[in-house]
Order: sequence, then structure tokens, then C-alpha cells
Amino acid sequence: MRLAHQFVEPFDNLDSLAIIGMQTRGVDIARRVHGYIKSFFSVDLPLGVLDTTFYRDDFRTKMKMPSVQVTDIPFDLFEKDLILVDDVLYTGRTVRSAMDALMSFGRPASVRFCCMVDRGHRELPVTADYVGVYVPTHLNEEIRVETKEQDGREAILVVTKEEEPRT
Amino acid sequence: MTTRSEGGYVFPHKHLLGLKDYSAEDILHVLDQTDNFLEILNRPIPKIPTLRDKTIVNLFYENSTRTRLSFEMAQKRMGADVVNFSSGSSSVSKGESLKDTIRNIESMKIDMVVVRHPSPGAAHFISRCVDAAILNAGDGAHEHPTQALLDIFSIRQKIGRLKGLKIVIIGDITHSRVVRSNIIGLTRLGAKVRVCGPRTMMPVFVEELGVTVSYNLEECLEWCDMAMALRIQLERQEKGLFPSQREYHEQFGIKKRHLLEFPNFTIMHPGPVNRGVELESEVADSPRAIILNQVTNGLAVRMAVLYLLSGGKRV
Repeated sequence: MRLAHQFVEPFDNLDSLAIIGMQTRGVDIARRVHGYIKSFFSVDLPLGVLDTTFYRDDFRTKMKMPSVQVTDIPFDLFEKDLILVDDVLYTGRTVRSAMDALMSFGRPASVRFCCMVDRGHRELPVTADYVGVYVPTHLNEEIRVETKEQDGREAILVVTKEEEPRT
Repeated sequence: MTTRSEGGYVFPHKHLLGLKDYSAEDILHVLDQTDNFLEILNRPIPKIPTLRDKTIVNLFYENSTRTRLSFEMAQKRMGADVVNFSSGSSSVSKGESLKDTIRNIESMKIDMVVVRHPSPGAAHFISRCVDAAILNAGDGAHEHPTQALLDIFSIRQKIGRLKGLKIVIIGDITHSRVVRSNIIGLTRLGAKVRVCGPRTMMPVFVEELGVTVSYNLEECLEWCDMAMALRIQLERQEKGLFPSQREYHEQFGIKKRHLLEFPNFTIMHPGPVNRGVELESEVADSPRAIILNQVTNGLAVRMAVLYLLSGGKRV
């Protein structure tokens, strides 16, 4: 909810604003934020869904080919101020691929990035404009954001690999 | 949305030699992925960098426009380096064997080979000679898997389901590789397939493939949800499989009046259409024909297949 207010704050005119959620859990968070903005400001912002599989630089180094998911951006990006939403910001590579992907849809006026959790360990010069929570982590830990739509509950878990989750 | 991926499904194939090797789940996975590639084609910049580290050879020992263009365009849309080879302008005319040709090409560090060849089994043969991923783009009268995948995708896109659907395939059943791949794929997904054509073009024991046979076009059109007409291969006409094009049209061509008499079926054709033979011109252009959608879908299907087979390391 705080994020929703932060999104809207710098804009006098919401006409150019649009939200893009990144598959899979970024989409759920984006929907949530979109819903808040709708009920507080009674504006129905354009909402898109983006899958960045094709633009990743690491998909061939993993064991199996990732399945491609739906991309659906039902509006023209030209001159829009976009807010990209994802669950976890880690190395920054996903954001880079998302920016590449967005550019093939057109030329937005600006792109800002929002993440639920920033866990550090960046490998690229990327930072988020809006952050839900900073969680300093160890490299052998994994951040797991769960959403109602995907996991049936809402939680942010810090999981140390090969151990049980601790909240 | 992609339930199959969430459920731990892993696409298990390295090659696409024929649909015979693909389970129902594999076929459905390709179709699901195709949906997402179709969306890319509608983007303002319909290009993705996914295959930019791959080199692909299109090895065509037989003529083709649609399949070849479609493959090449799919490869370029995904950023791959593409080399085209056609037997006419190559050392094949100097007598180089298929095995030597492919092993030489492989030495140039390639990742994938798309092959069309007049001999059945050519793609299988190549897959045993080299390490690259092989895509069969038609081998003799054997299989043409990407055509069948795009047909099946088009059917699902139009009607929304495949199980229990009634599909009739009309034409030269014996010589068609499209038909064989389609029968395998469609029956595996639970569709009911009937084949229809002149007796001279009907292979014996065709029922073994799990289809029914009919020699009466109108009965089939009344029965089916989808009618797939095959191209009558005029170049094979001298063999005398039917007396004349006109007589074929009379008996097995879909005509304008059929559209009125049987209001429910949809028309497909793998192309190129001989207007006035398999389909009357008005039928080919009618809104009930999805022939041009098939071509668009063909591009998306081929992108999906290239993507799925591109995994792993360079050979």
C-alpha cells in the first residue's frame, strides 16, 4: 500500500502511468498494487504482464530449458511512464533482461523499477526506485516470496539452502 | 498458466525427427509454448535475442517455399545465424554423399540442422551422423512434423479443444507426409481422424494408424468438424492415379455448395492450393477457411520448436 502511494506521488497527471508485472510473482504483486491505486485514486491504470525468458543471459547455463510464460502488454508503451514490478531484486540480471524486452515493445518515456525485497549482491549496476523491504542476505540463502495466487499464502521467507525455512 | 512447467515437466527431446517420438504431453507442451511465440510476432519489434549464440543450417534437398521461408524467418526472428543450403547449387551435384556433406557442415561448428530430403528416414540418418539437433522438415513420404504441429495448433486455436474432435483429411493419402504426421499427432491427442480420397491414393492397411476410411466426400463433410484438404501433387499426375483434375474436383474437391449444405465444418489446407482442384476458389477465400492462419501459426510453431530444441551446449 505504501508502494501504491509512492508510485502515484511524483505524478500530477496519472494519464501516462502504467504498471508492468514480471512473471510469475511480480504479476501478483503488480495486480495488488494496481488494485490499491484503483480503490484510492479511482484510476484504472494500464496493467501489463512480462516474461523475460527470451532475453535472459543465463537460460542456457541452467540444467533445463525454462518454459516460456505469457507476455501480455495490452497498451501502447509510447510516451508512457512505466513501473516495472518484481518480487526479488538480487543480481540485477532479470531487470536488465526486462528492460531489453520492454524496448522491443516501443519507446516508453521512462521506466522505474519496484521490488518487494532487495536482497543485495548485485552483479550489474542496477537499483530499484521503490523497495518493499531490504533484507541483507548471505549468498547461500534464498529469498522466497509467496503470494496468495501462487502459493496460497503471503509470506517472505529466508531459506538457507538445504535447511528448513525460517521466517 | 503454464501448468506443465510448474508441474515439473521437462521437455525431453533433442531432435524433432517425427511426431512418432513425441508423447501427447510433449505435443501439448509445444502447443502451449507456441501461444507465447505467437504473441511475439505481434510486437512492434518482433525480434528476440534468444538464439543469438546458435548457428543453424537449413539443408534442403527438395523444393519448398513455405516451410523454408517459415523456418528461416523463425530463425532470424530469434537472432540465430542462418546458413542456407540447397542441393541444386552445391557439391551434391558433384556426387558428395549426404553423410559427407553433413559431417563437413558440422565441422563448421553448427548447432542445429533443419533438413528436407526426398528419402524417408534422411533426418534419422543425419541424427546418427552428427551431434547437432536435427529438425525434420519433411523426409520423403514419411513425416513432416512441424506441418502437423502447426495444423494441430490451428485446430486447437479455432475450436479450443482436440479430444473427440472429428477431422477428415482429403486427398493423396499414400504420398503425403503431412497426413502421416497429422494422424499420429491428432490420434495421440484423442481426436477422431477419417481419411478420404480416391482408392488409388489410399494406402492398404491405413486403418492400422487408427483412422477410418471413406470414399464419399459429402458423407465426410457432414460428419466432420474440420476438413483438411491436401494438395494434389500435379507433378505426380503422370502416374495416372486419377483420370483428370476435373474429375478429381468433381468427386473430392470442396465446392461452394458444400459450404451451404454443411454449415459446420472449417477448412484447412497445407498449401499451396490448386484452386479449382482441391478447393473451389470461393471456398479457399471463404471466412471458414483458416489457410492463412495456418501459415502465421507455422512461424510461431517453428519458433517454439527451435527454442525447445536449442538447449544444451554447442557441439
